[in-house]
Amino acid sequence: MKLRETIIEKLLLACSLLTIFTTVGIIGVLIFETIGFFKEVSLIEFLTDTEWTPLFSNKRFGILPLLTGTLLTTFIATIVAVPLGLTIAVYLSEYSHKTVRNLVKPMLEILAAVPTVVYGYFALVFVTPMFQKIIPTLSGFNALSPGIVMGIMILPLVSSLSEDALYAVPKSLREGSFALGATKFQTSWKVIVPSAFSGISVSIILAISRAIGETMIVAIAAGQQPRLTLDPTVPIETMTTYIVQVSLGDVPHDSVEYRTIFAVGMTLFVVTLILNNISFWLKKKFQKHHR
Amino acid sequence: MKIEAKNVHVYYGSDHVLKGVTLSIKKNTVTALIGPSGCGKSTFLRCFNRMNDLIENARVEGEIMIEGVDIYHPKINVNELRKTVGMVFQKPNPFPKSIFENVAYGLRVNGVKDQALIDEKVESSLRGAALWDEVKDKLKKSALALSGGQQQRLCIARALAVEPSVLLMDEPASALDPISSIKIEELIYSLKANYTILIVTHNMQQASRTSDKTAFFYMGDLVEYDDTRTLFTNPKKERTQNYITGRFG
Ligand SMILES: Nc1ncnc2c1ncn2[C@@H]1O[C@H](COP(=O)(O)OP(=O)(O)O)[C@@H](O)[C@H]1O
Ligand SMILES: [Mg+2]
Repeated sequence: MKLRETIIEKLLLACSLLTIFTTVGIIGVLIFETIGFFKEVSLIEFLTDTEWTPLFSNKRFGILPLLTGTLLTTFIATIVAVPLGLTIAVYLSEYSHKTVRNLVKPMLEILAAVPTVVYGYFALVFVTPMFQKIIPTLSGFNALSPGIVMGIMILPLVSSLSEDALYAVPKSLREGSFALGATKFQTSWKVIVPSAFSGISVSIILAISRAIGETMIVAIAAGQQPRLTLDPTVPIETMTTYIVQVSLGDVPHDSVEYRTIFAVGMTLFVVTLILNNISFWLKKKFQKHHR
Repeated sequence: MKIEAKNVHVYYGSDHVLKGVTLSIKKNTVTALIGPSGCGKSTFLRCFNRMNDLIENARVEGEIMIEGVDIYHPKINVNELRKTVGMVFQKPNPFPKSIFENVAYGLRVNGVKDQALIDEKVESSLRGAALWDEVKDKLKKSALALSGGQQQRLCIARALAVEPSVLLMDEPASALDPISSIKIEELIYSLKANYTILIVTHNMQQASRTSDKTAFFYMGDLVEYDDTRTLFTNPKKERTQNYITGRFG
């Protein structure tokens, strides 16, 4: 019995160590290759050049076009997912009957389980042509459609986690608000939503991180043209798309072109890390607030 | 305001927890509701601002008239009713907002936009709840940083801000230390001039010190209702006698 316990314990330890080593390994390779990249390209050029053309003969290494591409699609996804997701969350937590909630919540979560390649083609062959009827200048590849479709994909992250946060707000606060003559609408938006602020922002940040890292939808429907623009109707390229493009291409492995994907990957990693820290900080701040 | 309850029954699902309560309350008096745990005091109190509407399986029968108006009439606007009939809960439940915003909340949800008026009402309500001097320099601070006793007085101020005529208090001092509890009692005494107050309490001394009338409940029945002094010195029912002398409950 004792021996079995020990074996199980050691096995569990091995598993956790394996995860840690893998993470450290990935970050190690990322850092190593990124350093290699910055031996050939200056950090200043990387951060300030407005063009990204590593695969052309006139090589330029400005991350800005890829960064804005990612931020643009993510922003569009966010303005779709947050208002909609929060409204759904408030409806489910404050208005709907329990049976409706228990039915709708898992159904929404299915949205997150749809393979992203399906979303990608949905954006390309359905959403873009539909929008082209309204905006004739909309190009076949653009930031708008994949942004919106990505918003639908991350919607359940916002609605489901926000709903959990709203649902956890003590009943006594609802009663306190109703007792002052507040309506259900006022109670929901002026007391319950602010009270669940930390949980809601964590859900939003998680959804944004997911959108930033999303690859397939933007690779299929946003185009592969790095372009420094905030215009959602023209083709762009995101950081993730670029990484896929180079990884699948026939760029020689020991070249600066190849190492660009590590520099881009590192940028992606840093952006996500910052978001994670904000979410961590919000959580902590809120816990202190509530003792 | 004059309050009249006629033959009030309350059911939670099939549980019959208030069994025909009739009593009438004069304007600007304090009425204490006493009785052992689970006898229906809170349930009865929550009939007067229709808080029981929020409980899914609760059903109220009978009639409650406030200043001659049947508050269960289908045409009654419940939000308006709750502005007239304020409530303070057993556990302080300030909103996670600033002290100022807690008090201003009731005004804002009732459509008051005039900032000067809001400032004025917040101050007068905090003064009314004997909290102004302690918080006047930190109105922008979170209400959650206040002590339990201060939070409860804040909740009273919050209720006063919408200018109710009736105040319902469900064991408002039971979660507080003795000193805060005395403060709340003094406060109730001072509020009597302007409000009709119903207070649920477990504390016999508190009931006898603060109230004009006392109603003793037992298992969903109103056993005895009389002037507080009479009820405590010369109860007519044996059950009341046993309860106030501490033989049960
Ligand atoms: N929301 C509810 N659902 C079902 N039963 C309840 C609910 N609230 C109270 N009760 C029951 O109703 C009875 C009276 O409760 P309550 O009015 O809270 O008593 P008191 O305030 O005198 O302690 C108790 O038996 C209690 O268990
Ligand atoms: Mg009670």
